[in-house]
Amino acid sequence: MKFGVVIFPGSNCDHDCYYVVESVLKKPVEFIWHQDTSVKGFDAVILPGGFAYGDYLRTGALAKFSPVMAAVRDFAEKGGLVIGICNGFQILCEAGLLPGALMRNVGMKYVCKFLHLRTETTNTPYSNALAKGQLLHIPIGHGDGNYFAETETLSRIESNDQVVFRYADADGQISRDANPNGSLNNIAGIVNERRNVLGMMPHPDRSSESILGSADGRLIFESIVNTLVAK
Amino acid sequence: MKATVIVTLKPTVLDPQGMTIQRSVASMGLADVTDIRQGKYFDVSLKDGASSEQIEKLAREVLTNPVIEQYRIVWE
Repeated sequence: MKFGVVIFPGSNCDHDCYYVVESVLKKPVEFIWHQDTSVKGFDAVILPGGFAYGDYLRTGALAKFSPVMAAVRDFAEKGGLVIGICNGFQILCEAGLLPGALMRNVGMKYVCKFLHLRTETTNTPYSNALAKGQLLHIPIGHGDGNYFAETETLSRIESNDQVVFRYADADGQISRDANPNGSLNNIAGIVNERRNVLGMMPHPDRSSESILGSADGRLIFESIVNTLVAK
Repeated sequence: MKATVIVTLKPTVLDPQGMTIQRSVASMGLADVTDIRQGKYFDVSLKDGASSEQIEKLAREVLTNPVIEQYRIVWE
């Protein structure tokens, strides 16, 4: 089992992800440079948070043209596990590996805080260690996390059970007040139709040890480990 | 040759930046301004005789995210 963490120019959570896999999960992990043209030998690829290519043009827009993304696309098409966190989610949407787009937060401000996510489905390689309805205490830190999709796309991902996490209040209620950025249907994380690609705005990499305020994010990484062990 | 690519949000997409600007100008007393939509434009220089396909491809695949945006090209 080997994890890979992609480094784009401007990634800044690459070391956080690497650290969680190496020191918390105690699994093999290597960095993957954005100029690399292959992800051969990896079982799961993480696109970390940050500001790839300075977020110039649009968030994630230029990262999708980096050589490694052709390899990541190929890997995903063959069923490989790809997880995009924050900026990684934005890149996956721009690259067309996930439906929809992440727009400017409705409140126009960068929002950095802990909040609650409600687990909507356990039928993914990323949520099998969770229970349906389970609340996770996880931080966000983004200015462009406002999930948008056309009505048709939105109803398709809802009916296909592709919404993995929604922003909720402390009681697990999905409300406007619990929505930090204006995302449609309070969507915080989705998988693709094949369920092997996950994108999420909140940071499990910043919440995998209780010393950081929460270890709930670890359950997402452990779900990946479960999936890879079962393979 | 020069062309300008103008990128705007699709009419169906909420534009929080435009709305914020509109609210501000309303408080300035510009009561006749009823709506503002923000966009961006790109000045593009091309070799003489360049094919319009190249700028179409640039606009479609790079400058625009088709999920939320639309573009138009204005030749100088």
